[in-house]
Amino acid sequence: MTAGTASSSLTESIAPLNAGAHVTAIGWMKSTVAFGLADGGVLLAKDGETHRVEAHPDAGVLIGLSDGERFLTGGDDGRVAVTGADGSIKTLAETKGAWIDSLAVSGSGAFAYGAGKRVIARDDKGREKVLEVPTTARGLAFAPKGYRLAIAHYNGVTLWFPNVEAKPEGLEWKGSHLDVTWSSDARFVVTSMQENALHGWRLVPDKGHMRMTGYPSKTRSLSWSHDGKWLATSGAEAAIVWPFESKEGPMGKAPRECGVRPAKVSRVAFHPNAYVLAVGYEDGCILLIRLGDASELLVRPAVKESGITAMAWDKAGRHLAFGCEDGQAGILTLP
Amino acid sequence: MTDKIPVTVLTGYLGAGKTTLLNRILTEQHGKRYAVIVNEFGEIGIDNELVVGADEEVFEMNNGCICCTVRGDLIRILDGLMKRKGKFDAIIVETTGLADPAPVAQTFFMDQDVSDTARLDAVVTVADAKWLSDRLKDAPEAKNQIAFADVIILNKTDLVTPEELDAVEARIRSINPYARLHRTQNCAIPISEVLDRKAFDLDRIIELEPDFLEEGHHHHHDEDMQSISVRVDGEVDPEKFMPWISNLTQVEGPNILRCKGIVAFPNEPKRFVFQGVHMILDGDVQGDWKPGEKRDSKVVFIGRDLNEKAITEGFLACAV
Repeated sequence: MTAGTASSSLTESIAPLNAGAHVTAIGWMKSTVAFGLADGGVLLAKDGETHRVEAHPDAGVLIGLSDGERFLTGGDDGRVAVTGADGSIKTLAETKGAWIDSLAVSGSGAFAYGAGKRVIARDDKGREKVLEVPTTARGLAFAPKGYRLAIAHYNGVTLWFPNVEAKPEGLEWKGSHLDVTWSSDARFVVTSMQENALHGWRLVPDKGHMRMTGYPSKTRSLSWSHDGKWLATSGAEAAIVWPFESKEGPMGKAPRECGVRPAKVSRVAFHPNAYVLAVGYEDGCILLIRLGDASELLVRPAVKESGITAMAWDKAGRHLAFGCEDGQAGILTLP
Repeated sequence: MTDKIPVTVLTGYLGAGKTTLLNRILTEQHGKRYAVIVNEFGEIGIDNELVVGADEEVFEMNNGCICCTVRGDLIRILDGLMKRKGKFDAIIVETTGLADPAPVAQTFFMDQDVSDTARLDAVVTVADAKWLSDRLKDAPEAKNQIAFADVIILNKTDLVTPEELDAVEARIRSINPYARLHRTQNCAIPISEVLDRKAFDLDRIIELEPDFLEEGHHHHHDEDMQSISVRVDGEVDPEKFMPWISNLTQVEGPNILRCKGIVAFPNEPKRFVFQGVHMILDGDVQGDWKPGEKRDSKVVFIGRDLNEKAITEGFLACAV
């Protein structure tokens, strides 16, 4: 990469926003982007206009996800709320006292959330099923196809078909599992762990284990490339990108290290249809990195106390929205 | 980082008065806002804006060490709370009566995200003057809570005779002579004695003398829990001391609940101060020896079934 040319920076292509509070989640609903905030609000932005709604009054948004049409949020008020692109708010579910910090949505309109050890899944017809797991449910993720949910918890992952009577399947590995994700072909389930490592299970053909270690801190952001061949992860002073193209997964292969900088990567987000990775750092910097030649474009320079806490691409991959711990936010429009 | 949120851990056997103390802290006019993490089986009736229910999930770290346990739920809750910085000034964690304080304390040293944003201030144990002696006989948890404490509130003193009170205090002292001990009724105590103690800060460990508020050193040892204090009358050799303390806490870690020490190294103008919880050690040079001050070295261990002779001889052998 040649340094110093104007073309190496996209900083001019950002529309900055003031979200007003720690941004915990971002989701796109067509051309509207929703920022979930730690003070309980959701900030909606479209065409340069913003509109704030109170999704979790006097509480905080702990997690938020979009299913393309609506923005679902879990709060420390024990509620799952849904915000529409028009600013409407509905309560989808309410628990007594439990923090809702695990949530999953499926493309078909189903959603699931964890409340302590209970996991509640509601399908697109509104049928609700409940499963109790051995310890507090952490990460939740729907399989790419079929109504099947992966639930991360202490000592492993539970795979559950909510609408099937069969006993849920257990994937065991000692330790505390935090976030969970499926590969797009559903052959791999990968978790992040308390011990600064990832753990993966090869579901076909052999239930093999995959250990991905060497992180200096916890991985809390995982993102698959559009074709499912690469898994980008946070937790090191570079985005660690594991190769999943072969059926063995990344075992015996070295990961790519993209965007090495003297700051920890806090969020990663693969472009929805190109080998381009957005990398957000704890020091507030954002880079766009092309996987093919590792060329880097600066999106946002480091900003003190403004670590990147959320990032999301819109469906077409034209816009990248980001949010920070100090309430700053912005939308990048690719030229 | 100086703006880490202080966390006070409140322990005590069932019915000792933890909730009473908690409510006192929360209702007193002090201008501070607290986030309170309570166990979900605890008594309700806490009037505070930010109360979070916890599940006391104790997780082993996947590192082959059986005493390296953390509170998984606490890591999760603190992660969520830290996104709402500015809403509170300090955090209080109330444990169940049956809880071992070690996993809570270790969470603040073993989890990087937690230790980056919060610091353990002190372990405060509320003890029931009437029933503690019985609990120490039949409940190992009660003994752990006493052994682990930085501050002990010996509560319900009105329910026992002065002789009984002295006896129970002596019993506490046989387990933990170093904690600050306060006799109370209804947990009536200035909250400055409970909060902001900085008990785990190395620069606050300036002396290691038994805290006997009352006269009379009833020094009988508890059957299995004891405190051991060893003094070297002078300096110790870091080449000998560092491997010794490291090996001791590795090997005896499961039995050592707490340890602390202030030692003098040759040609080092500052004191070397350390403190530990089970196998976790935290140590650094800290504060100058004052002119004319006697440069001697002292270590203190509180634990179960400790080999007093071996520890004493081991430390004495580090002398220069």
